[in-house]
Amino acid sequence: MTSQVSSTAEHADGAVVGEQRTAAGTKDVRRLDRVIIRFAGDSGDGMQLTGDRFTSETASFGNDLSTLPNFPAEIRAPAGTLPGVSSFQLHFADHDILTPGDAPNVLVAMNPAALKANIGDLPRGAEIIVNTDEFTRRAMQKVGYDSSPLEDGSLDGYHLHPVPLTTLTVEALKDFDLSRKEAERSKNMFALGLLSWMYHRPTEGTEKFLRSKFAKKPDIAEANIAAFRAGWNFGETTEDFAVSYEVAPAATAFPPGVYRNISGNLALSYGLVAASRQADLPLFLGSYPITPASDILHELSRHKNFGVRTFQAEDEIAGIGAALGAAFGGSLAVTTTSGPGVALKSETIGLAVSLELPLLIVDIQRGGPSTGLPTKTEQADLLQAMYGRNGEAPVPVVAPRTPADCFDAALEAARIALAYRTPVFLLSDGYLANGSEPWRIPDLEELPDLRVRFAQGPNHALDDGTEVFWPYKRDPQTLARPWAIPGTPGLEHRIGGIEKQDGTGNISYDPANHDFMVRTRQAKVDGIDVPDLDVDDPDGTAGLLVLGWGSTYGPITAAVRRLRNAGERVAQAHLRHLNPFPRNLGAVLEKYDKVVVPEMNLGQLATLVRAKYLVDAQSYNQVNGMPFKAEQLATALKEAIDD
Amino acid sequence: MTDTDALLQLVPKAEGKQSMKDFKSDQEVRWCPGCGDYAVLAAVQGFMPQLGLAKENIVFVSGIGCSSRFPYYMNTYGMHSIHGRAPAIATGLAASRRDLSVWVVTGDGDALSIGGNHLIHALRRNVNLKILLFNNRIYGLTKGQYSPTSEVGKITKSTPMGSLDAPFNPVSLAIGAEASFVARTVDSDRRHLTEVLRQAADHPGTALVEIYQNCNIFNDGAFEVLKDRQQAEDAVIRLEHGEPIRFGADRSKGVVRDPRTGDLKVVAVTPENEAGILVHDAHAASPTTAFALSRLADPDTLHHTPIGVFRSVGRPVYDTLMADQLDTAIEQRGKGDLAALLAGGDTWTVVG
Repeated sequence: MTSQVSSTAEHADGAVVGEQRTAAGTKDVRRLDRVIIRFAGDSGDGMQLTGDRFTSETASFGNDLSTLPNFPAEIRAPAGTLPGVSSFQLHFADHDILTPGDAPNVLVAMNPAALKANIGDLPRGAEIIVNTDEFTRRAMQKVGYDSSPLEDGSLDGYHLHPVPLTTLTVEALKDFDLSRKEAERSKNMFALGLLSWMYHRPTEGTEKFLRSKFAKKPDIAEANIAAFRAGWNFGETTEDFAVSYEVAPAATAFPPGVYRNISGNLALSYGLVAASRQADLPLFLGSYPITPASDILHELSRHKNFGVRTFQAEDEIAGIGAALGAAFGGSLAVTTTSGPGVALKSETIGLAVSLELPLLIVDIQRGGPSTGLPTKTEQADLLQAMYGRNGEAPVPVVAPRTPADCFDAALEAARIALAYRTPVFLLSDGYLANGSEPWRIPDLEELPDLRVRFAQGPNHALDDGTEVFWPYKRDPQTLARPWAIPGTPGLEHRIGGIEKQDGTGNISYDPANHDFMVRTRQAKVDGIDVPDLDVDDPDGTAGLLVLGWGSTYGPITAAVRRLRNAGERVAQAHLRHLNPFPRNLGAVLEKYDKVVVPEMNLGQLATLVRAKYLVDAQSYNQVNGMPFKAEQLATALKEAIDD
Repeated sequence: MTDTDALLQLVPKAEGKQSMKDFKSDQEVRWCPGCGDYAVLAAVQGFMPQLGLAKENIVFVSGIGCSSRFPYYMNTYGMHSIHGRAPAIATGLAASRRDLSVWVVTGDGDALSIGGNHLIHALRRNVNLKILLFNNRIYGLTKGQYSPTSEVGKITKSTPMGSLDAPFNPVSLAIGAEASFVARTVDSDRRHLTEVLRQAADHPGTALVEIYQNCNIFNDGAFEVLKDRQQAEDAVIRLEHGEPIRFGADRSKGVVRDPRTGDLKVVAVTPENEAGILVHDAHAASPTTAFALSRLADPDTLHHTPIGVFRSVGRPVYDTLMADQLDTAIEQRGKGDLAALLAGGDTWTVVG
């Protein structure tokens, strides 16, 4: 089955479709419809920066793209070792694509460790550019190469380009007043220049970027630019690189509009700033640094001119505590974290459930349990978000599906929190956080109106006619309680974590009242208005439904496309709202003979769906810290169809 | 205008004259009869009208424990939160709402055990909070386990052979945590308590007031030596800024600096040494002497226990600094323009 699916993949998700040779000087230019490049090197080699720059060039050229940064948790793991390898994969195309790609067409390996760590992912025939300067006997022995893979024939099935990147970089910079060590550091820019030549990338952006990044050290800026240009010229002049490639802009893949490239954490940060504007409430972030969520703290702290207050707390608990305090005071309050931080915040989330105040809890999921895999992705906090608190403490859960979608998901989470006065989980993950894709910049008029009304006066008349304020008298539609912020005369009231009497909010240990309040808080969350689930089932005849949530959207959609291109009938649906589920989910599930739920956990959504709807949903799982590969998923789904 | 005035002016004033009654909520007070908390509540309710602040701009935030029920009894805004976290919650509130007067009510277990981390960080940040730490040297609400301020060897339900761990001295701890205002008072001394509260309320930044409070159920008489008229004369050292530190019958004892060690010690006052009696300077820039004063008391017998304001110094206030950064950002870059932010960086246009 595998072979069948993978052969159809060639047509589905592209590959070298046509080979048009055009004369450009003496070199051939071939047209490709898509390319997957992986830059790999030591943690200190600047591979993430190189990947980011290539991505920016590619975005500004107008290709569709998807990226997968993959780096170790250690800031500088021992040089030249396998655990120290950092890589950046970029998939770009002349059509719309959904994933960073399964297998690279090109690997740039800056040292033996980078080659060894990545060669297993390369299909035969792929191009490998290696920095031969780093292939010393000692460096090779360090990672277990007894003989040089560049010479022993083990790379015979690949197009190997041996390039002395370090030597060439140092040579190119000999007129600069730099030590050899300093000059060597620019070798990533040499590699970037070479790859930029190979794929006809625009270069102005990178030169501009380098000048601004090293504005205070113009010599370093110019040296990097010189290395970058030397790499380009090396491609142009060296016989080893006989061919360059064109990947046309993906003009027809995108609706009209102005686009930029954006990562998930940046989109999420912008979504929070936008929510603050749309709600006309000041944004308050209480947070504690944790991978892979810290970038949101960094980003929001740069936007103080939007009235954004960022508070780096002494710990995770204080981060959410301060946010809850700010929510009481009338801010749009947010805390950002990852799984271990959620565990620490649980008690405060329970308090927020009891206080019924709006609060966003952003969980950028990573591999667990415990410290787990801080820089790798996973979806294993779903049940923690759903149930990880004492008592009956329902919390709505919203999950973005792509990096750019983090913007809309943040607005949606804010809508629910503000309208229903409740903490809301926003479940992103490491793959979405660091991955990037083109984003159509929305007009501000398209953004939802999130304004709320603070309570201004009494809301209840006692039997004797006295007008009073009851902090737990609810809106009959939403069951939300009034949000009366300090500073409002006449509405002085006390709230707390002890059970409250319905209406008055006074302390109450009455059994019947507690039963009522538990059910009411649940009913409030159950009653949240969420859109129906869209099902993609082109002719309505599929027997199998693939149900996903979160960042698996890209791989699942790519896999479904492959299957359909191979003539299979398969339906797809993707959940944004995990709590409450869309009203029509039960009916959707009933329509299909088989339901498969691919997740980067051991079946958490599948567990919820099976429990709630009594359907025999089958789990398909992967918890290796990496996103699903489309081909592997397509194979698994094909087996489910044939089963 | 001083910083103090500037800060206090952010909180709106009450329109009419206030009375103690205005600050009593309609909730039935549920502390044990005879609890020291009643005295503190009455003192705070009686003191609030003196501040003259709009009561809707006053917020009491508490954690968990007997004292943490306090907000329910104040007719202001209030939040009874979770164990130990009140300083963190109050920090978010105070930092985002400078027009509020935010008070934290906590106990020795709440502030110094489960919430120790939040307490010290609130103090070092100097957030505009007034923290009332009710210290009864016992866990009351969980029915009588030893606390982080209990004396070593204390026999309780959880320590039948005596507690093993050395206690915290909350005043020393606060000074060590860079607190800008630290005071100690006693629940039964209404006048002293009120005077200390007044000074705390006037202080811009975090003010920590340790209130020795009697738990008549699980640790009755813990501070008797400081309350009994006879014993108190020798046990209590009343600190007054600018006054020589003297106490005892006929003020016959005094505190002097030991020239050999630099430490403080208690001596009998004589005509020869009278001029050398230490004059209390609560505003001293260095915390060294305030810390030394906090170490005078014997943790077991409470002899030579200073009460009053140990330290009160001006230091930049966190909420003010945070607001200033927001203003500066707007001055430098203009008020945030969302459309410009979203369209920042490299863009390209797809034409339909």
